[in-house]
Amino acid sequence: MADQSTAKDPEKERRKIKSVSKMKEIMTTYYIEAKTARENGKKVAWITSGGPVEFLIAMDVIPVYPENHGAMVGASKMGVGLCEKAEEMGYSRDLCSYARSDIACSVTDGGPIGGLPRPDFLVCCNNICGTVLKWYEVTARFYHVPLFILDTPFIHARFSEASRKYVVQQTYEYIAFLEKQCGKKMDFERMNEVSRLAVHGLRLWQEVLDTTAHKPAPMTAFDAFFHLALIVTLRGTKIAVDYYQQLLAEMRQRIKDGISMVPNEKYRLLWDNLPVWYRTKWLSDKFADHQACLVADTYTSAWSGVMDLIDENNFIETGAIAYSSVYINVSLDIMFETLKKLIKKYDVDGLVMHSNRSCKPYSLGQYDLQQMVMRELKVPTLIIEADMVDERSFSESQIETRIDAFMETIKK
Amino acid sequence: MITAGIDIGSITAKAAVLEDGRILGAKVLFTGYNSRQAGQAVLDELMAEIGITREKINAIIATGYGRNSVELADKAITEITCHAAGAHFIDPSVRFIIDIGGQDSKVIRIDENGRVVDFAMNDKCAAGTGRFLEVMARALEVDLDGFGDLSLKGGAAAKISSICTVFAESEVISLISKGETRENIIAGIHESVASRVAALAKRVGVTEPVMMTGGVAKNIGAVRALEIKLETVIRVSPHAQVNGALGAAVLAGGINR
Repeated sequence: MADQSTAKDPEKERRKIKSVSKMKEIMTTYYIEAKTARENGKKVAWITSGGPVEFLIAMDVIPVYPENHGAMVGASKMGVGLCEKAEEMGYSRDLCSYARSDIACSVTDGGPIGGLPRPDFLVCCNNICGTVLKWYEVTARFYHVPLFILDTPFIHARFSEASRKYVVQQTYEYIAFLEKQCGKKMDFERMNEVSRLAVHGLRLWQEVLDTTAHKPAPMTAFDAFFHLALIVTLRGTKIAVDYYQQLLAEMRQRIKDGISMVPNEKYRLLWDNLPVWYRTKWLSDKFADHQACLVADTYTSAWSGVMDLIDENNFIETGAIAYSSVYINVSLDIMFETLKKLIKKYDVDGLVMHSNRSCKPYSLGQYDLQQMVMRELKVPTLIIEADMVDERSFSESQIETRIDAFMETIKK
Repeated sequence: MITAGIDIGSITAKAAVLEDGRILGAKVLFTGYNSRQAGQAVLDELMAEIGITREKINAIIATGYGRNSVELADKAITEITCHAAGAHFIDPSVRFIIDIGGQDSKVIRIDENGRVVDFAMNDKCAAGTGRFLEVMARALEVDLDGFGDLSLKGGAAAKISSICTVFAESEVISLISKGETRENIIAGIHESVASRVAALAKRVGVTEPVMMTGGVAKNIGAVRALEIKLETVIRVSPHAQVNGALGAAVLAGGINR
C-alpha cells in the first residue's frame, strides 16, 4: 500500500525501540487515571521525584509528579511560555524551571496535558534539592491542601546513626499522615508487596541500563531518559515490573541481533545531570554525527543506584537510608566514586556534563568533579551550559562549537 | 603544496594561505551580515593580493562560528583545534593559548605536537571578550587602537566590580561622573577582562610557555593585565588575529584529496 514517497527507511525502523509504544500507552493511561481520580473516588498526591512513593501505592493513592510533568513541558517545548508566566507572577528567573513551569500550569491549566490533576495532599522529600520545600509550600497554599515534608540530611562522609533514626522516625510520621489523609490504616502486608515490586522494578531498570555496557550499545542515555518515567512514577507497581521485563528482553534481543542505536558507534560518552529536554534529538543527532553514543548517565541510574541499600523485607527502616543516599544528596567525594564506577563500567571515552541553570545541587561542584575526573582518570570532560526546560538558556552555536571541539580532542 | 584557512568570527573574517610551511599572506575583513559571503570575499581579496588563483589551492579548511557556512571549504574544524595548530606552527614550544576574540574568550592547553589536551570557553556572556572592550572604548570615546596604551598610563586601576558588560558600562559612566581619570578607568577595564580570562585559564591549568592569540592580543593593556594575573610572560603571536585561519591552513595540509 505504501507508495514510494512515504516508505520508511528500513535501517532507521530497525533501530527504533519497539517498547516505546507500550510505554506511551502506559503513561497515557496513568495520566487519564490521575485526571479522573476524583470521579473514581481515588485520592491524588503530588510527590517529589525522589520521594518515597511506595507508601502512596500501598495506600492506593495515585502519585503525581510535578517534575515528570516539568520534563513533559520541556520535551514539548512549552517551557519558555510557562516560565515567562511564572516570572510575570513574580518568580525569579533563577528559580528552577520545573518549579516555574509547574506553578504556571497550576494557575493557567496550561502545558501539554492541560495541567495536573488537583492534589488532595502533597509529599515533599528534600533529598533532591532545597527548592522543593518552598515550591511545595507555595503549592500547598495555592490548593489549600496538607503537606508532608520528609527531611533527609545531606551525607558528607557517611550516613550517621542519628540521621538514620531521624529519617526512620519521620517515615512513621509519614505513615500516620497518610492514614489520616486516607481515613484508613496502612496495610503492612500490602506495603511489603509494594516494596518487593519496587525493588524488583529497580533491579530490572538497572539491568536495562546495564545492557549499554555492551559495545555497541543497544540504546543511549537519551532513550534511558524516556524509559525512566515508570521507575519514577509507577515504582512499586506490577505495571512497572512487567514493562521493564519487556524492555530488558528487547534490549537483550537487540544485542543478539547486533542492533545499536548509533550507527557505527565508535566513541562512548557518559552524561551528567538532567537532560536538556527540548533538545534531546538535536544533541543525540549531534553526537551521532561524530559516531559518538552517550551510553550512560548519572541521572537515570540515580533511582536504582541506591537499591542495594534496601532490604525489601524491612522497607521502612532501610528505605530511609536509601532515600537519603541518592546521588545529589551526597558529597562530591561520594559523587566522584559513583562517576568512577560508571566510567569504568561503561568503558567511556569522555564525560559530558550539563551545567544546568535550574538544578543547583546537581550543577554545583561540577567543575571540581571535572578536575577530579581529568586528573585521576584521565578522561576528557566537557561542560555545556544550558537548562532542562528553559530554552532561553540554550545557545546553539556556542554548544555546537564546544561539542565539535571536544570530539576533535577525543578523536585525535 | 598550497593550503588555505578561513576563520569566520563574530566580528571579523580572516583568511591565511600557506605554501609548504611558509605564509604567503593573510587578510582580515569585517564579517558583516552575510558570513557565507564573508568567507568567499576574504579569500578572494587575499588571493588577488598574493597573486594566486583558486585552482592553485590544494585544500581549504573553515573554522570559527561561521565554519559550517563556508561552501568553498573542504572541511570545517573548530577554532579550538585550529588555534592550537596555529600557535604550534608559529612557536612549537608553546603549551598554552589564550585566545580572546569578538564574542569568545578561550584557553587551550596543548601538548608537544600542538594537539588539544583541554580547553575552556567563556559562558554565555560578553564579559572578558573583545566585544566588552569595544563597548567600553566607545563609552569612553577612545579609539580602540589606543585603548591598550592608555591603560598602561593609569596610576591606580579603578575597580570595575560588575562582570556584566551592560552593568559595567553604567559603572564606567558613574566613574567618569565621579571624576576618575580616563586612564585609571581603562586600566580597571583591562584588569576586569584579565580577571575573567585568568579564572578560565586557571580552571584548565596554565602550562608555560603561554601564547596569546585573537584580535585582543593586539591590545598591550590586556596582555600586561593578564601577565600580572597569571604571573607569567605572555608571548604574543605576530599573527595573533589570523592565528585561527593560519591553524586551519596548517591542518588543511593533512587533507588527502
